[in-house]
Amino acid sequence: MFAFVVRRIVQALIVVFVISIISFAIKSNVGDPIRQITGVSVSEKERDELREKLGLNDPVYIQYFRFMKKAVQGDFGISYFYRKPAVDVIIAKAPATIELVLVSSFIIVFLSVPLGIYSAIYPKKLFSRFLMGGSIVGVSIPVFLTAIVLIYIFSIQLGWLPSYGRGELVNINGWQTGFLTVSGWKHLILPSVSLSSIMLPLFIRLIRSEMMEVLESEYIKYAWAKGLDKYRVWFVHAFKNTLLPVITVGGVQLGITIAFTILTETVFQWQGLGFLFMEAVERSDTSLLIAYLMFVGIVMVVVNTLVDIIYGLVNPTIRVTGSGK
Amino acid sequence: MMDKISKFRNSYLWYSFKNDKIAITSFLVFMLLLIIAVFAPLISPYNPYSPDNIFILNAEMPPFWIDGGSKEFLLGTDDQGRDLLSTMIYGLRISIMIGIGAVLLQAILGIIIGLISGYIGGKIDSFFMRLADVQLSFSYLMVAIFLSAIFKAAFGVSTFGEVAVPFLIIVIGLAQWPQYARTVRASVLAEKEKEYVQAARVTGFGSVKIMWSHILPNCLSPIFVLSTIQVANAVMSEAALSFLGLGMPVTRPSLGSLINSGFEYIFSGSWWITAFPGIVLVILVLSVNMLGDWLRDTLNPKLYKG
Amino acid sequence: MSEKLLDVKNLIVNFKMRSGEVTAIDDVSFSLLKGEKFGLVGESGAGKSVTGFSIIKLISKPGYIKSGEILFKNNDLAKLDYKSVRRIRGNRISMIFQDPMMTLNPVLTIGTQMIETLIAHKNISKPEARKIAIEKLKKVHIPSPEKRLEQYPHEFSGGMRQRIIIAISLLTDPELIIADEPTTALDVTIQAEIMELLLQLCDSMGMGLILITHDLAVVSQVTDRMAVMYAGKIIEEGNTLEIIENPKHPYTEGLIAALPESASTKEKLNQIPGNMPGLGKIPEGCSFHPRCTKMMDICLTEVPELKEYKKLHRKISCHLYNEKEQ
Repeated sequence: MFAFVVRRIVQALIVVFVISIISFAIKSNVGDPIRQITGVSVSEKERDELREKLGLNDPVYIQYFRFMKKAVQGDFGISYFYRKPAVDVIIAKAPATIELVLVSSFIIVFLSVPLGIYSAIYPKKLFSRFLMGGSIVGVSIPVFLTAIVLIYIFSIQLGWLPSYGRGELVNINGWQTGFLTVSGWKHLILPSVSLSSIMLPLFIRLIRSEMMEVLESEYIKYAWAKGLDKYRVWFVHAFKNTLLPVITVGGVQLGITIAFTILTETVFQWQGLGFLFMEAVERSDTSLLIAYLMFVGIVMVVVNTLVDIIYGLVNPTIRVTGSGK
Repeated sequence: MMDKISKFRNSYLWYSFKNDKIAITSFLVFMLLLIIAVFAPLISPYNPYSPDNIFILNAEMPPFWIDGGSKEFLLGTDDQGRDLLSTMIYGLRISIMIGIGAVLLQAILGIIIGLISGYIGGKIDSFFMRLADVQLSFSYLMVAIFLSAIFKAAFGVSTFGEVAVPFLIIVIGLAQWPQYARTVRASVLAEKEKEYVQAARVTGFGSVKIMWSHILPNCLSPIFVLSTIQVANAVMSEAALSFLGLGMPVTRPSLGSLINSGFEYIFSGSWWITAFPGIVLVILVLSVNMLGDWLRDTLNPKLYKG
Repeated sequence: MSEKLLDVKNLIVNFKMRSGEVTAIDDVSFSLLKGEKFGLVGESGAGKSVTGFSIIKLISKPGYIKSGEILFKNNDLAKLDYKSVRRIRGNRISMIFQDPMMTLNPVLTIGTQMIETLIAHKNISKPEARKIAIEKLKKVHIPSPEKRLEQYPHEFSGGMRQRIIIAISLLTDPELIIADEPTTALDVTIQAEIMELLLQLCDSMGMGLILITHDLAVVSQVTDRMAVMYAGKIIEEGNTLEIIENPKHPYTEGLIAALPESASTKEKLNQIPGNMPGLGKIPEGCSFHPRCTKMMDICLTEVPELKEYKKLHRKISCHLYNEKEQ
C-alpha cells in the first residue's frame, strides 16, 4: 500500500510539473504581458524599461523559477479583464461548477446503479433492452447537442425551465449557492441533466457488463450452490465485485467531465469555471488561463489519487498484501 | 485472394453479421454517409466555400416544406445565406476526415509503441507505460481544448483556419494513442509466451518480423473494436471543439461549427440550422457506435464458447 | 438395512444451442446408500460435473433437466420449485468445487462467507453461527480459527482454502457431499492430505460422498463404489476395487491400462487412440465403437443398455456381455 501511494504521488508530481511548464510557456509566449499592463498608448522606450524592470529579459529558467515560486504561493498574476488576482476569480467562480458537478454526479450514481444492476440480472426483459438501446443513442449525442435540445423543448417550446444563468443565489461566506432557492434549483435542472447525459448511459452499460461478467464467475455459482437467497447473491456477492472496475473507470471519467463542464456552461451561460475558461480564451487573458489550467490539473490529480486510494480500500487483495495481482 | 475471401465467408464473423439486422443497417448507414462525404463535390447542390454562394439576403431561409422556404435550398439556409444541405455535406466530409484521420494516427502510433513496449519489455516498456499513465490521467478533450486555444491565441485566427484540419487530426490523434498502446501491449504480452512465437524465434526470425507477421494478426480483434469506439470519440471531440469555436472555422464549417452558429438562432425560430447538422452528427456517431458494439459482441472470445 | 440416500433415475439433461438441442447427460441412473462413498469417473467432457450439478439443479444455462427423477430421501428434486431446492442446497446437500481460489469470493472475509451459509439455512444468531464456524474450522485442522474468520481468501494457501471450503460444506451437517474434482487444482503433496481429511470426515459424520474425478488413483483410495462415464452415459458401474482390478468395459480397460502405473518401465504409455466425441457429435450405436478394439457389427447400430450382470457383480453397458449372457 505504501509503495503504491508513493508511486501515485510521484506520478502526480510529474503531471503538475508538466502542467507548470505548459503554463509557463503560455505565459511567456501568448499575448504581450506588457501590452496587457500598459495598454496601447505607451512609448516603445517606456515599454522596454518596464520589460527590464519586470525581469522579462532574464534567461528562461530564471523566469520559470520565479513563476513557480509565485505559483506555489497561489499567485498566478492578475486577470487583466477582471482586474483581480486570477486566483480570486477562480475561487469566486468555482462554486458554480462544483454545484453543477455535484448534482450531476448524484443523478448519475442514483440512476446508473439500480438500472445497471437490473439490466444485468434480467438482460432479456423489455425494459433492459430498451435501456441498452437508449444508452447507445445517449452515448452518441454530444453533450452540447443534448443541452440545446433540452433548451429547445423545455425553455422555448414549453417554457417550464430557464435557459441560462444560475438564478437567485444565496451568499454563504463567499460561496454563492443555488441550492437554497427554488429559482436556483430550477436553473440547475437542465444543465445538470445535460452534463449527465453522456455519463449516465455509459455507467449503466459499464455496470451492466461488469455485473454480467461477475455473475458468470465460479464464486457466484458457489454462492448459489450454498443455497443463499438471491438478493444476497446479487447485492452482496456480485455487486461488491462489480464496483471495483466501475470505481476505476469512474475516476478516469472525471477528467472528461471537466471538459464537458466547459461545453455545458457555454450553452447555458452558467457562470462557472468552464465559462470562465472560454472567456479567458476569447480575451487571451493568460493569467486566468494558467490559473484555470493549474486548478484543473491539481483537481484531476487529487481526484485520481483519491480514486486509487478508495479502490485500494475496497479491494482487499491490494489492501493487505500491498501489491495485489 | 479467393482463398481468403472464401475463408471469410465461412467465418463466424460473416455469419453473425448477415443475421444481425442492426449490424447491417448501421453498416449501410455508415457507408452511405461515407459515400456522401467522399463524393461531396458531386452530390452537393452548391459549393458552400465559394463566395458566389453566400448571399446574405438569403440568410435564414427555412427548409422547403415550410412557408418562406424554396426548393432551391432544400433544407434552408444558414445565417450567412449558404445552402444548408451543401454546407452540411461538406461539413460531414470534414468531420469524417478528421475522425478517421485522427484514429489512423492514434492507431499507428499506439500499435507501434504497444508492440515494441510489450515485446521488448524492460525499461522501454516502463517508460512508455508511465507516459501512457500520465497522459491518460489528463482528459484528452481538455488537452485538445487547451492546445487549440493556445494555438489560436498564439497564431491568430486565419493561420489557424488554414491548418485546422491537420491540426485537429494531430491533436486528437496524439491524445489517444495510449488506448491503443495499452490494448496492443496486453495482447502482445499474452501472445509472447505462446508456442508459435517461441517456435518462430527458434527458427531464427528477427524480432520485427515476429512482431509484424506473427503477433500482430492475433491482436487484431481488440484493435478493430477499439477503432470503432475511437472514431466515434474523435468525431464527437472534433464536434465539441468546433462548437466551442476552437475547431473548424466558420468559413469551412464542420457539423459542430454549424450547430454552434445555429444555436443563437433557435431562440428566434430558425431551428433548422442547428437541427439538421445535429441529426446528421448523431446518425454518424450512432452508426459507428452500433457497429462497434456488434463487433465487440461478436469478437468476444468468451461468447465464442457459448 | 441402509436406505437409499440418493436415487437418480433416467436423468436426461439437454443444452439448448443455436443449432438445436444437444444431450449432455443421456439417461443416467445410479444410487447411493446412506454414508456410502461413490465415485463418478471419466474424461473431461464426459458429463460427470454436469451430473453432479444437476443433482442440486445448478446447471448453467442453456442447460436444463429434460426428464428423469432425482430422489433425495424420496423427494424428487427434479420437480421441486426454486425455493425448495434452495433449502436443500448448502444445507442437506453440500457441494465442493474444483478450484478453491475461484470458489471463494475475493472481497468477502471467510467469516462472512461461512456465517451467511448458516444464517441462510438455520434460525440462529450471528454469535452462534460464529461458534459453529470456528468449530468446523477446527475440524479441518485450520490453526487459530478465530483470527482466520476475519481474513480474506487470498491470504490463504491453496490447500488451506480447500479445507475452508470443506469446512463450509460441513456447517449445516449435511447428509451428502458432492465433491467435483476437489484436488485437481492442488499440489500433489496436498492432494493426499485433503482426500484423507474428506474421507475421515465422511466416516465420522456418516455423510454420503459423491466424488467426481478423472483421477483413478484417488477414486480407488476413497470410494466404495464407482461409475465410469463416457459421452454422457454410464458405461460401467460397480465396486471400486473390483472394477480397477478387473475392468469389463473396453473403455474402462483402456483407462486403467493408460495409467502410468500400468505400464512397465521402458514400455510406451498405453493410450486409447482417438478422442471422446464432443456434445452433439456422438456416433450412432455405441458411442465408444470408433475407438474400441473389440468392436463388433452390432456396436455400429445398436446402443447398448446399462445392464446388471449378477454373476459379474457389475453393471455394464456393452454388447460383448450381452452375447455372453445369451
